[in-house]
Amino acid sequence: MQPLKRVRSRTVVLASSNVDTDQIIPARFLTTTTKEGLGRQLFADWRYLADGIPNPEFVLNQAAARDCSVLVAGRNFGCGSSREHAPWALLDYGIRAVISTEIADIFRTNSLKNGLLPVTVDEATAAWLLAHPGAEVDIDLETARLTLPSGASVSFPIEAFARHCLLNGVDELGYLRSKLGDIERFEAARSVPGAGSCTP
Amino acid sequence: MTARTLFEKVWTAHEVLAQTPETPAVLYVDLHLIHEVTSPQAFSVLKSLGLPVRRPERTLATMDHSTPTRTEQVFGEVPIALDAAARQVRELERNAAEFGVELFGMRDSRRGIVHVISPELGATQPGMTIVCGDSHTSTHGAFGALAFGIGSTEVGHVLATQCLLQRKPKTFAVNVEGKLPLGVTAKDLILAIIGRVGVSGGTGHVIEYRGSTIRALSMEQRMTVCNMSIEAGARAGMIAPDDTTFAYLEGRPRAPRGAEWHAAVARWQGLATDAGAPFGASVDIDAATLEPMITYGTNPGMVVPISAPIPRSTGDAAYDKALGYMGFHGGDAMLDKPVNVVFIGSCTNGRLEDLEAAARILKGRKVAPGVHLLIVPGSQQVKREAEKAGLDEIFKSAGADWRESGCSMCLGMNGDTVAAGQYSVSTSNRNFEGRQGVGARTLLVSPLTAAASAVRGRITDPRGLL
Repeated sequence: MQPLKRVRSRTVVLASSNVDTDQIIPARFLTTTTKEGLGRQLFADWRYLADGIPNPEFVLNQAAARDCSVLVAGRNFGCGSSREHAPWALLDYGIRAVISTEIADIFRTNSLKNGLLPVTVDEATAAWLLAHPGAEVDIDLETARLTLPSGASVSFPIEAFARHCLLNGVDELGYLRSKLGDIERFEAARSVPGAGSCTP
Repeated sequence: MTARTLFEKVWTAHEVLAQTPETPAVLYVDLHLIHEVTSPQAFSVLKSLGLPVRRPERTLATMDHSTPTRTEQVFGEVPIALDAAARQVRELERNAAEFGVELFGMRDSRRGIVHVISPELGATQPGMTIVCGDSHTSTHGAFGALAFGIGSTEVGHVLATQCLLQRKPKTFAVNVEGKLPLGVTAKDLILAIIGRVGVSGGTGHVIEYRGSTIRALSMEQRMTVCNMSIEAGARAGMIAPDDTTFAYLEGRPRAPRGAEWHAAVARWQGLATDAGAPFGASVDIDAATLEPMITYGTNPGMVVPISAPIPRSTGDAAYDKALGYMGFHGGDAMLDKPVNVVFIGSCTNGRLEDLEAAARILKGRKVAPGVHLLIVPGSQQVKREAEKAGLDEIFKSAGADWRESGCSMCLGMNGDTVAAGQYSVSTSNRNFEGRQGVGARTLLVSPLTAAASAVRGRITDPRGLL
């Protein structure tokens, strides 16, 4: 994975709360067996009219949204299914960070694994961002701070390990595999009768 | 020793390495369930790195999401209608063969929805950690397992190492006391809980469902409750194992036998939360006051008792948009609204007791003209058991469409869909926009309410038909 240190962009605003993964990428597009090319189907049911023509009312189809790589959304973004196709679709489209007051657990985990930054902020910051589409923001992963056009900045929570992996392009599977010795010892200890072993 | 919760006990027993401020825990996975939709990308990672599946004996594969439910497509010569779905099914067959993973393929008598088959096999057991690339993995928490959904990258991590990197979640006690009134089911209970907690109230938490009402539920009902934990934002929901759990598991094909069974039960009896163990959050629910519940909006938290009107708008744009999508107005009664499609099935309500509940209403009655009632068993075993009990005859006599098992109309990716603008009364778990088909309008209910609404062709309180 490419190291990710900073995202600077104008924002595109999707004010709805509880934007679920079925909106981000509808289930009928999950019959793919790869990660590539899902950006075309991002928000498909909102983005396209029945005949496949882009819906001019949808925010991503408007000129101001072009080249924006930060999505500001209402509360509880990414709720619903575990489909990693949701962050894959956002990344393939060109989104690099999502800002909300609340981001659903599985979507957040999946995003961090793919280099899409989940940025949770306080109500006041979110309200300002929702009211100011196109605002130029600066998200610095090194300091875990989001800076607004006014120069004011707020910190956002991010797990130390995920931050380390993103900043350095560390592959989490490589890290896990470096613990195989510990995993083998754990398995050996559990296979002793009475040690609480479970066999599927 | 300090008092510990059920969650705490299961978590600690699976810590290969405990978390530190800098690093997440390395958590061991006892059982990894995989299916055709979220596994291909994970197998691709293993192939690119030249890695095997580290513990194929802890891995079980089935196909459910994109598979058709029409008998002629499953057992006959009629091909799967969707090419991409057919490719996905073939890819899982190839991956399972190449990596030595046990697969219940398209025509296997043990195939079904992943969260239905693992419990019925006895593969789901108390105290286990269970993961799957599917958010309704929380279902298995009904057995006192720690079970949660993961993304495809994590599926790859488990395939390659049998472990996951995890931050320890917080705990949330949902205490339910009292007797559920007649006609009020486990589905109504979990919908009421989601209405109370909210669709993100459980974020960052593992829920433990506790109290006399939960103790009195059957295993199938407990699975319905735990299944929808994710709809309250919680990745996992758990219920302490007890005699009901042990009676369900004893004698199942993959449950321990003989001396091992007795040792296992003794171990499982120690899993329940100790008296006085602290929870991070809690709510109390009075079961006796509950009614059949129904959703009216586009997330499962938009739910009311069936006799109540739709709450009036407070000017919230998202709320108004949801009602607009549904074609509803604040203040409308839910009762007697027209119905086009009724779906009974899914990992939430596709087990035998759910079908028996539907049959109680449908016996000797007919589906209303113009209504399509689709009944899809959660597994091939559920199908066989239902047919042995004669439920299929009741369904077919009523005019219902009786199919092979699968996720079917819960999510529109296998050919079973609801047309734009149509109202679908569904026993599934998500009423998101377009979930059952582009423009489809979903109302989540219990199997009793679904069957009653199919008979009248209108939203119907099942208590009048019992």
